[in-house]
Amino acid sequence: MEIMLVLGLPLLGSLMLALFGARRFAAELNVGVSLATLAAGALLVVRVIKHGPILALREQFFVDSFNVFLVALTAFVGFTTAVFSRPYMRIEEHHGRVTSRRLRLYHSMYQLFMAAMFLALLTNNMGLLWVAMEAATLSTVLLVSLYRTRASLEAAWKYFILCGVGIAQALFGTILLYFAAEQHLGQNGMTALLWTHLNAVKGQLEPRVLGLAFVFLLVGYGTKVGLAPLHNWLPDAHAEGPTPVSAVLSGLLLNVALYAVVRCKVLVAGSIGTSLPSHMLMVFGLLSAVLGAFFLWRQRDIKRLFGYSSIEHMGIITFAFGMGGPVANFAALLHMTVHSLTKSSIFFTAGHASQAAGTQRMDDIRGMLAISPTIGWGLVLGSLAILGMPPFGVFASEFLVLTTAMRSAPWTTPFLLVALGVAFAAIFSRIQPMVFGDTSARPLPHSPALVPVFVHLAMVLALGLYIPPALAEWYRAAAQLIG
Amino acid sequence: MAYTSHFLAQLLDLFAAGLLLISFAMLSERRTQRLVTLFAWQGAVLFASTLLVAHSAGLEEVYYSAALTLVLKVIILPWILHRLIRRLGAEWDSELLVNVPVTMLLGLGFVIFAFGLAQPISTLATTITRNTLGIALAVILLAFLMMITRRKAITQVIGFLAMENGLFFAATSATYGMPMVIELGIALDVLVGMLILGVFFFQIREQFDSLDLQHMETLKED
Repeated sequence: MEIMLVLGLPLLGSLMLALFGARRFAAELNVGVSLATLAAGALLVVRVIKHGPILALREQFFVDSFNVFLVALTAFVGFTTAVFSRPYMRIEEHHGRVTSRRLRLYHSMYQLFMAAMFLALLTNNMGLLWVAMEAATLSTVLLVSLYRTRASLEAAWKYFILCGVGIAQALFGTILLYFAAEQHLGQNGMTALLWTHLNAVKGQLEPRVLGLAFVFLLVGYGTKVGLAPLHNWLPDAHAEGPTPVSAVLSGLLLNVALYAVVRCKVLVAGSIGTSLPSHMLMVFGLLSAVLGAFFLWRQRDIKRLFGYSSIEHMGIITFAFGMGGPVANFAALLHMTVHSLTKSSIFFTAGHASQAAGTQRMDDIRGMLAISPTIGWGLVLGSLAILGMPPFGVFASEFLVLTTAMRSAPWTTPFLLVALGVAFAAIFSRIQPMVFGDTSARPLPHSPALVPVFVHLAMVLALGLYIPPALAEWYRAAAQLIG
Repeated sequence: MAYTSHFLAQLLDLFAAGLLLISFAMLSERRTQRLVTLFAWQGAVLFASTLLVAHSAGLEEVYYSAALTLVLKVIILPWILHRLIRRLGAEWDSELLVNVPVTMLLGLGFVIFAFGLAQPISTLATTITRNTLGIALAVILLAFLMMITRRKAITQVIGFLAMENGLFFAATSATYGMPMVIELGIALDVLVGMLILGVFFFQIREQFDSLDLQHMETLKED
């Protein structure tokens, strides 16, 4: 029941917004639908905590502690982004960058995107997971190209083609998975692709086929995670799309894609019995972390900068999942949470900062503290948080990843340290001149909604100081599931 | 009985070879409109082979997916593409191909690689179509090669759709097709993707005055 609500509300919202999206109250409607979805998500969480994992609708949907936590995170960030997007898109309209017709498309696609992500998270069927991931790509293509500028069209095209090709690889992987499963679970198409069934028989699945399937699945979904060297679409799409879209792409979509990879890894690792999948995740993760960090130096555009920072962080999370074991998985889940909260809050402030300065070029954004203390402080605190300064939550998770790496894979520690150090120097040196100093920029026509920024940052701070026992228990259960 | 199933397997191999041939033809075709025709032919061969698999396996579901192939890949998609090309006034467009012989040799290499990769899996398959998994993978890789070597937006999309054909063939050859729900989902995704691209083409042309992706090189590092 709760599952149906979580899936149905955004879908219904998308339909309604397609009809009324051009009206004045569309932004409020968008917020309202997101709030309702958040409430439904909360109900689902309560139910899973009380009664344990749920299988629903002839086992097509499956909720355990791993995905329910992501559902809660997705619904929450989806709601705060909708709150942020209300004044942000009004200012964009005021600046003449979007028309009310485009806003209708924007609002409708925003909810459709949320629905696709919830479907990807909740489904138990590996084939349906693929369909949902593809739907999430399609619904965001038009969002990235919303401004219809040359650069945004190019970014959207790149995004479509790269993710399309990537996701085609994932489909081939899914076909191979089905091929292996069918020999044990029979020809019944409705059950042979169910994750719970596959998980039950994973020890008997043919290891050669699953090994090959995993390569395709990792490359496919990994493209959407933004793992190097398949990350090319990510900075462009983040820089050229509207800021709320950058925030949900970075904070949510990457997580959902990584969720798909981890679900596949659980199956494959159980089947082939060697550490091949773990090593692949570790190598891809490390490469993304290091490359992402070094590319940070060369950025001139503020949103591109934080796009590359997302690549770096997704690399760290993927690496942690690759190491496996209770501590590393715990750290990875915690990092997923804090990264998604911090990164979306940074995009909120970066969006308003570039609106105030009239450009996304970092050399031209100056003296944000003078225009608006909230934007300035949001930027400073957000960057400190994402750089892993104590006492923010990112510090806690990165520290856990590092210490686990020292114990279980010592050779990786220098790479991780270099990545973190380079990222620190690159981002910090950029943020400082943007925040302090004088400026000629004028205040914004609508007051920005920066409450979400500080709510997110406060949560990240709280997670760094104290993880509530209930949440810790939850992470631990999820970490156990992943193995 | 043994004789007929042997005959059916041979016929399937023939269709598979046809698919591969069409893939090579697409790789070297320079006129956009003829590319669409080739794509439709590829869909038709795919339809025939799926029908054959359905007949030999006696599965109702596979008949449905054959019908889906016929409607979507032989009729609707080529029709949309032809219409798009006409609306964009690109009927006589052709593109300069760089070094066809090298592309062909690369393609050959891809085919060998695909067969090598599929070899251990094919021996596990129990379906009559098991020899064709290598070909399916080769069709996917050739479509990928086409997307890399071409510079026009429409050609890249046709490459993308050809890749989808290869995937579909892989699904029917390794396992009698994916479950129906999933197949419907995939078909819907492809169709919606196509419509979005249709909108996209016009936007690109409006902004760049051309569908040539060479103009799209502003987003670079630095």
